[in-house]
Amino acid sequence: MNLVVYILRRLAISIPILFVGSFLVFCMVAAAGDPLGELRTQPGVSQESINQLSQQLGLDKGIVPRYFDWLGGFLTGDWGISIAQGSNMQPVFPKIMSAFEVTIQLILAAEIIALLLGVAVGVLAAVKQYSPIDYIATTMAFIFFSMPIFCVAIVLKMYGIDLNLMINDLGWDSWLGNPFLKTTSPESLSGDGFFDSIIGYIGGLLLPTLSIMFISFAAYSRFQRSSMLETMNMDYVRTAQAKGISQGRVIMRHAFRNALIPVTTLFSVNFVTVVTGAIITERVFAWNGMGSVLVEAVNKNDPNTLMGWIVVIAVAVVVANLIADLVYGILDPRIRVG
Amino acid sequence: MEAGAESGRDKNTGGSGAEALPEARSQGTMVLRKFLRHKLAMGSVVVLALIILASIILPLFYPHSYADASFSSYVEPSGEHPLGTTQVGKDMMAQVLRGTQFSLLIAITVAFLTTIVGVVLGALAGYLRGFADSAISRLTDLFLIVPSIAAAAIMVRVFDGSWYVVALVLAMFAWMPIARITRAEAMSLSQREFIEAARASGAGTGRVVFKHLVPNMVGTITVNATLAVAQAVLAEAALSFIGLGVQLPDTSLGLVISDNYEQMQGRPWLFFGAFTVLVLISLTINFIGDGLRDAFDPRQRGVKA
Repeated sequence: MNLVVYILRRLAISIPILFVGSFLVFCMVAAAGDPLGELRTQPGVSQESINQLSQQLGLDKGIVPRYFDWLGGFLTGDWGISIAQGSNMQPVFPKIMSAFEVTIQLILAAEIIALLLGVAVGVLAAVKQYSPIDYIATTMAFIFFSMPIFCVAIVLKMYGIDLNLMINDLGWDSWLGNPFLKTTSPESLSGDGFFDSIIGYIGGLLLPTLSIMFISFAAYSRFQRSSMLETMNMDYVRTAQAKGISQGRVIMRHAFRNALIPVTTLFSVNFVTVVTGAIITERVFAWNGMGSVLVEAVNKNDPNTLMGWIVVIAVAVVVANLIADLVYGILDPRIRVG
Repeated sequence: MEAGAESGRDKNTGGSGAEALPEARSQGTMVLRKFLRHKLAMGSVVVLALIILASIILPLFYPHSYADASFSSYVEPSGEHPLGTTQVGKDMMAQVLRGTQFSLLIAITVAFLTTIVGVVLGALAGYLRGFADSAISRLTDLFLIVPSIAAAAIMVRVFDGSWYVVALVLAMFAWMPIARITRAEAMSLSQREFIEAARASGAGTGRVVFKHLVPNMVGTITVNATLAVAQAVLAEAALSFIGLGVQLPDTSLGLVISDNYEQMQGRPWLFFGAFTVLVLISLTINFIGDGLRDAFDPRQRGVKA
């Protein structure tokens, strides 16, 4: 019950922030210049159609009524039209949604693997502090943490191409597909039958997922290690050990659960970084996700697409924070009181 | 925090007066001594210093200008062109050197600005509490949910892609973590007696915050400012890589990589030069930050192996 109140309170704080934030971003997008500037200079476009388009975008109105028009449309699923393709206008909503689906698929896969792996490696490194495992894990985490995500993606793409050639040489391409690891956007992930579908999914998602995963993994494992070290030095852990409980049980039941709490905060802080990482990874692997939508919208000065894009990501950030808060509440009983 | 109380009893400070100055100096020497013993951090300082010096001094002696596009396209690495030439016939080494200059310039500017904004806002929020705290905290939340990459890209487009615009815009969307950390620390520090004493002796908010609170957070601030440089290098490179950051005639390592990475399969030297420098910068700064954190941490006083 308290948890519900807690979530509602968090939501009540988030909604005004989203509102103010979207208005500020709206002003910023409006200040980015005339979205029809390019169209106006094109010879084949009549003044009439420009006027019509300008009316459709609400450019004839002031910024405040234009914002409320946009907000009203946004809340009812009408996100306006995109002018990125010139006079060939598309509705923004389906465009952003299909791109978001691609990106969120990448993020979810990468984040789940990164969390599981990062927490496991972090705990292991902490339990075996100053052992070779600890040094290797720490060094790896440091290197990946310092790597720009696009460089990881580029290097993986390069090795992916080499690996594909190797697979072809070995003759495995007959059952793994050619190319097995997709280094550009796959047309479709699934194949004929169950086995081919799995191969298709792995081959299509592996490289981009790994690129995002490595960076997150570095952050999670480092964080988990220090948090685990801290809890292992707590009095209650020493008490548990003194009572004669086996070391494995002390680690799992007493230390691990408490050491997980700080990592949940990292999940929400890290989320924006992961979204940025996904956008850049998509660019390297030529996926049509949120990354290509953003680059096109910024370059074409496409206000409705930009607004839709930013608000979708902002809402995703709020949801990610909420999930982190929920997990926090489950892990830490103290938060539920009051 | 208890850790701070311990440092006051340390034998290096023994005999000094209650004045803040000698105490600070002795903490400074202690930190410096610990940092100098940190092998990885010191090695990183040397490597980073070499990179910075090379990016400043080498272009003075290097025979090819970054703007000179008169060479043949895609010359392979040789004594004449250590990293080969690009498609348009520019010397790659000159591009990497200039990219390094700009990347460092942007990153240091970003770190400087974010630290100032973050520390001032965080310290005020943590010390004043009440309305100021809620206002600043909501502002922090606001900036945290706006996707910085999109906002930065739009703002770079509104102005232009010169290095200082990119630096300003990146700083605008990067001060929040430092503000949060500073706020938390200012909150716990303002419970301490010395703040109460300062207030009792009639010091105003400005004096308490900037003469008493902030100097006592110097460890946290230095560590986070250092790490902010590394993050700014990566953030700038990411923005420029997707073509929404620095624009010619200014440049950066991200832009140099973005322009040439398509060639990595056949001509890896066009990619690995800029890549290596970029990773080295970010790696060494992270190591230095880590070394500083250990050096400032009073709990780690040579007890651990």
